Parts: sequence; structure tokens; C-alpha cells
Amino acid sequence: MQLIKPDINIDFIGKYKIGFFISTILILISIGSLIVHKGPNYGIDFIGGTIIQAKFSEQVPVGKIRSGLSEIGLNDASVQNFGDNENNEFLIRTSNPQMSGKDLSKKIVETIKISTGISPEIRRVEMVGPQVGKDLRNKALLAIFYSLLFITIYISYRFEQKLLLSGVTAGSLMTAVYFLSVFNVGMAIVIAVAFIVTIGVFWILKLKYAMGAIVALLHDVLITVGIFSVLDLDFSLPIVAALLTIIGYSLNDTIIVFDRIRENIKGAKTTEELPALFNKSINGTLSRTILTSVTTLIVLFSLYFLGIEILLNFALAMIIGVVIGTYSSIFVASPIVLAANQR
Amino acid sequence: MKSFNIKTVFILCVILAAVVCLLPTFLNSWPHKKINLGLDLQGGMHLVLEVQNIKAVETEVERTIQEIKKQLRKEGVKHLGISRLNDNSILAKFQSGTDKTGFETLLSKNFENLKTPKIQTEDNITTYRLSLPDQEIENIKKMATEQALETIRNRIDEFGVSEPDIRIQGGNRILLQLPGIKDPERAKNLIGKTAQLTFQLVDDDADVNTAINGTPPVGDEILYKDNSASAIKTPFLIKKRVLLDGSLLTDARVEFDQFQQPQVGIEFNRKGARIFDRITGENIQKRLAIVLDKKVYSAPTIQDRIAGGRASITGNFTLSEAKDLAIALRAGSLPAPVKIIQEQTVGPTLGADSIRMGLSSMVVGGLLVILFMAVYYKGAGIIADLALLINIILIGGGLAAFQATLTLPGIAGIILTIGMAVDANVIIFERIREELRSGKTVLASVHSGFDRATITILDANVTTFIAALVLYQFGTGAIKGFAVTLILGIIASLFTALILSKSIFDFILRNKQATKLSI
Repeated sequence: MQLIKPDINIDFIGKYKIGFFISTILILISIGSLIVHKGPNYGIDFIGGTIIQAKFSEQVPVGKIRSGLSEIGLNDASVQNFGDNENNEFLIRTSNPQMSGKDLSKKIVETIKISTGISPEIRRVEMVGPQVGKDLRNKALLAIFYSLLFITIYISYRFEQKLLLSGVTAGSLMTAVYFLSVFNVGMAIVIAVAFIVTIGVFWILKLKYAMGAIVALLHDVLITVGIFSVLDLDFSLPIVAALLTIIGYSLNDTIIVFDRIRENIKGAKTTEELPALFNKSINGTLSRTILTSVTTLIVLFSLYFLGIEILLNFALAMIIGVVIGTYSSIFVASPIVLAANQR
Repeated sequence: MKSFNIKTVFILCVILAAVVCLLPTFLNSWPHKKINLGLDLQGGMHLVLEVQNIKAVETEVERTIQEIKKQLRKEGVKHLGISRLNDNSILAKFQSGTDKTGFETLLSKNFENLKTPKIQTEDNITTYRLSLPDQEIENIKKMATEQALETIRNRIDEFGVSEPDIRIQGGNRILLQLPGIKDPERAKNLIGKTAQLTFQLVDDDADVNTAINGTPPVGDEILYKDNSASAIKTPFLIKKRVLLDGSLLTDARVEFDQFQQPQVGIEFNRKGARIFDRITGENIQKRLAIVLDKKVYSAPTIQDRIAGGRASITGNFTLSEAKDLAIALRAGSLPAPVKIIQEQTVGPTLGADSIRMGLSSMVVGGLLVILFMAVYYKGAGIIADLALLINIILIGGGLAAFQATLTLPGIAGIILTIGMAVDANVIIFERIREELRSGKTVLASVHSGFDRATITILDANVTTFIAALVLYQFGTGAIKGFAVTLILGIIASLFTALILSKSIFDFILRNKQATKLSI
């Protein structure tokens, strides 16, 4: 069986403008949403707070739980149905910093016991103190930063096969970060600067493949975070894990396309031939690109629809990332390399 | 042919080892340990405590002040006030002249470790600013955390939790993993109880109500007693001086009074008994308050000298409260209060649900992928499916062999691996198809397909591997579990694609001069 015919020849490169247009719109929406929402919608992992998952033996109106919560001053707590309606299971969430004492979960359970008249089964309690939230946020940013650093070093070595140049890249990244840490700026800014420095170094050193890959990677992460912000979903630790996996996955795709491009353009004498050769490479790997995305999406959808509520957002982030990552290795990474080749 | 046999033996050994490691998880038996389940899957409580070890420093500073005052009294040196400041330094004032020199002699003789960063003289009064050396403060803090860890471990052992994991997590934090705990609230109360038991006299010379409205007399403090019947607390004016504390206890157990109300009976060691004997003898007809964590439990009037070193703490306890208090007193007090700064409690039913749902989405996702591969690549697809099944066995075996913890995100990692692991085979098969199209023989196509795909597969997996390693390094608990299954999945899929599938192809194409390949 073949989904993609072997003689397929879609003019991807000729359509790069459409790709850039779509990407620009998606990025603008993402950035816009992040600005409107004042950054990602952090979960309690990152800002501190309490989550209680309570299951009742019979039907309970949400209003009664809410009234019980406002009884102890938790007016801003959110109460959500968890899973199917007939489960009578609720997720109670608050990130009120004044109310983070050790007895908060106990107080919440007691007050909803009184207001609903039923003693619920407490299936899960999660509490993160504000300090721990700050630590976890820093750790997550560090993880993103280090994976960026190592992957940058790897791809600049891998694509350009110049160990010295990858050393230069790593060195300039480290220097930039060192100077920033002297000025004690936030980790988010450090990551942003690191990205800019990386792209700048690749541009100056003419590491065109590495630059295409890193731009595609930034593109994928930004849009995934942006869509989460648009949908107003929680940005929590599992989402960071999903982002890093997406980085790996998207690069994986990009590497395979780039390998084929390099293999094919070895004989090319003029830059006029390049667009056709790029197309040939993308089409040649298209079958694999689509197939792997399909099998990965199959398992992700089964995780999304059959899986555990707690991992729902993780599965969604991965689905978005896989789709965007597949798209970007064709429509973002390759045209950038071509543009750099023609420079 | 010989090298081929060695390779086959190697492959079979790896698979066999994985199966052997996995067996106990399903059969409950020899020869290896089961796969460790994370607290999110088996149910349990994960706590991070912060030891407020600055309080231990405060206590040490207060103790030093008492010691200085005592020795000054002995030497007959008068002071104009010695007190602790908020930054844990000591402010001491002396009249210039003999008092001042007397104090300085004492300092250089008995307290040479104290730093005196600032000395000021004004109107014949010299003010000293003393502080503990930084090194010592660090030591006190470190000791406090270590002692708190020890105490909490003792309490948990007595409380009865199977396989608890309790350890210091950087600086002043303690990490507790308590699998399968039944009553999390009770456990939290027991762990968080400072359990500082002191015996202090009630100051009957001053009136408690005037003290509440104004300031309590020097050397006194106001402490409260909870009442069972009403929310109103009874205030007591208590002398700050601690006559006896819980460190000299040898035993604490639940007893019942004549109304069958539970109480906690305590017993002191010989030194404690001697002190108890003396203070009760010296203070007959005075009230002796039993204070636990700054709360008065009872303040009976001493009728007679009490020898033998036994006492009991009453306070309208429920049976489990009395039991837990006895455990806390036996295990010793915490050197400083602790605060719960992170908690994750998963009930056993939720854990079981998570495993069930995780497995079902794994089975459904896996079957769909297997079906897809078989339809798309026919014979070769079945080889890939076999590789996929072996892959899952290898991940499971790896988890058991390395005693890694399988968490809920870890299950997600396995599910993700199922989707991504076939990628290696897809790359190979697509290459083989291309080679076949270019007119090569089946054998040549398979060989060059594997050859040319190997580098690409290695490469493509390195990036995910890097991301997984970073996640492992920075991830906490559950996320680490995800990184572990991802790493194992990558290694397993490299093995199954590059070694196992290749061998199967070699085996099929070994003898016959195949002219057709089902791919």
C-alpha cells in the first residue's frame, strides 16, 4: 500500500510564500495572545496553589460546592466537572497565596462536606507553595535552556560537520548567558537572548542548515505555547515535558529532510537548480514524514480520547507540536536553507 | 555464518533478560524485583517539608543569653538588659566601670566564640552587639535539618508505612514519599507536629487579664489552652523559664483515665525524674503547666513532691490523637518547626484508574499502529510489528532491571514511544522501496536500505535523546518517569530496528534467492 506515490512531485518550495504567510499569522496570534494574557496561563506547578479532586457518591450541584468554598473566603476558586458528568467528580482549584497553609486542603474538604451534605472521596490533593512554584518555574526554564544549548551544539556540529564552529557557537552562547547572569535578569529573557545570539551566530558563520533547524524549532515551540494560551489551557510541568519532546521530534523530522537535501545538492553546479533539488528532497522524504506523523498521531489521539484526564493537556500539546513540527520541517526549515544558499 | 549465529544468540539473550526481569511484575515471584510504581499510580503521599531552621538558631541564641545571664549572676556582674534582636544577634548593655570589665573578662574566658562586631559607649553605658559565628549558625541550621529528618523518620516508622522514602532535598528541605498511606491528614499532622514538651510554672502573682491588655511581666508569656466545649481559649500567664522538657523522656504511651478518656502517660529517665522530683518538691501549691508546642494542655496544682518521674498529659484527645502524640513524644521533638511546602496525594482508587486507563489507551493505540503497519507494509510491516512488541517488552524489562519508577507521565512516554518507534522501521522500509524501484535486487535493496538508513536513524534519535536527558536532569518526580521511559524507548527502538529487524530480514533472505519482497 502506498499513500504517497513514488513519483510525487509537489512544488513545496514554490509555495513557500503561503507557508510563510500561515506561519507569520500563527506566530502573531501566539504572541498577541501571550501579551493579552500576560504570559502563559501557568498552572499551580509554577505559581503555587492547591488542587483537590473530589468524588461524590451521588449527584451534587456545583453551586453547593462553590457556596461552601466562599464560606471560607475562597471566592476565586474554580470548580470544574472532572471527566464525565455522571462521575460526580470535581476539580477544585485555587491559587490564592494568602490561603496556602497546611490545613487548607483539610478546610476545603470540611466546608464542602457541610455545604453538600455528602462526604466526598478525596482522590487527589496537590499543593505547591509559592516558593516551590518559583523553583519549579526556574527549573523548567533551565531545562528548556540546556536542551536548547545542547541541541544547538549538536546541530551545528551535525549539519555543518565543523567541530570548531560548533565550539564557537557554544562559546558565544555561554558568554552571552554569562553576561546576562551578571546582570541578574530573568531566565525567560536569558532564553530569548540565547535564541537571538544563536540565530545571529549561525547567520554570521553561514551555518545555513543549523539556522533553518533552530528557526523551525523556535517556530514550533512558540506556536504550541501560543495555541495553549489562546485556548486558555494550563501551562504546567507536563507541558514543558511535551515541549522538549516536541523539540526533539521536530528536529528529527528536519534532520531527515536536510540529510536528503545535502545528499541531492552535492552535484548541483548553479543556484538555479537548487529549488528543484530541494523539492525533490522534500518529496523523497514525504512518505516517511507523513507516515511517522500518522503513527505518532494515532497513539496521541488514543491517549487523548481514552487516556487519563491528568494527561489530556499533555496529549493535546504533543498533537499540536507534531502537526506544527511536521509542517515546519517542510515549509519553514527548508525554504530558509534555500534562501541562505542563494544569499 | 558464524557471526550471524553470535548475533542471534545476543538478540535472544537480550529479549530473554528483559522477559526474566519483567516476570515478577506479573507473576509475583522470583527472580527480580517488580517494576516500581510511582506514587501517582499506586496511591500515596509525596510531601516536601521546609525546616524553619532559623528557629533553631533563635533557640540557640536564647540559650546563650540565659547562659550569659546565669554566669553574670554568679560573678556578681550587673547588666542593664541583654536581649535577642530580630537578626539573631545579642544586644547587651553595661554600666561603664567594673560591670563592663567584668563582662569583658567573662566574654574572653567563657564565650570567646562569640563575635563582637560592634561596641558603642554613650553616657557611661557600653552597648555590645554580639553574634554567633557564621560557621556555627550554618552548623546549627544543618544539624536542625538532619535532626528533623531523623525524628520524622522515627515517627513514620512508628506510624507504620511500608517502604517510605525520606531524604534531605537540598538545604533545608525534606522530601517524603509515603506509598499507600490510608489517612493522609493524620500523617500530615503527625509529621508536622513540633512536639516540644515543656514544664513551666504558672505565674500566680500577676493577673492574666491585665497582662493580656497590657504587657506581661518580665519573664512571663501568655499561652492558651483549647477548650473542648467552646471555641474560647483560656489564657494562662506562664513563666518563660523551662523547668523540664521532653528531651529527658524515655517513654510515652496511651493510657485511659477513670472515665475511659484517652491520655498520654509519659516517663522520664533518671535525670529527668530527679529534676521532676526536685521541681515538684520546691513548688508545692503552685501550678505547673504542661505545655506542648506553645499550647497549655493542663496546669494542675502541685499537691506533693512527685517521685518516680511519671506524669500524664490530658487534653480531651481522641484515641488516634493520643496515639499520634505518644508517637511524636517517643520519636522526639523537632528541633525547629516544619512547614509543608509541596504536597501530592493520590488516593488508591485514582491510581488504579490511572493504570487501567493508561493500559487501555496503550493497547488501543498499539493495536491501531500494528494494524496500520501490517496493512501498509504487509510482510515487512509484520516484522516491524514484531519489533514493536519486543520494544515494549524491552522497555518494561529495562524499568524493572534498573529499578526505575514508572509514573503516569511514564506511561505516556511508553505510548509515545509506540508511535515514534516505528519511525526507524518506516525510514528503512521507505529506503528499501526506493532501492527496489531503482531496479536493484531484493537482497541488495535490503542491504543498502539498512546501510543508508542507519545514520539517519541514529541522528534522528539523538535529538530526542538529548531532550529526554535534560528532562531527566531537571524534571521532578513524575516528569522524571517520563524521561526514563522515553530514554529506554529510544534505546530499545534502536536495538529493535537496527539489530532485530535486520536479522529477521537476513534470516528470511538467507537461503532462497528471493525475487519478491513483501513490503
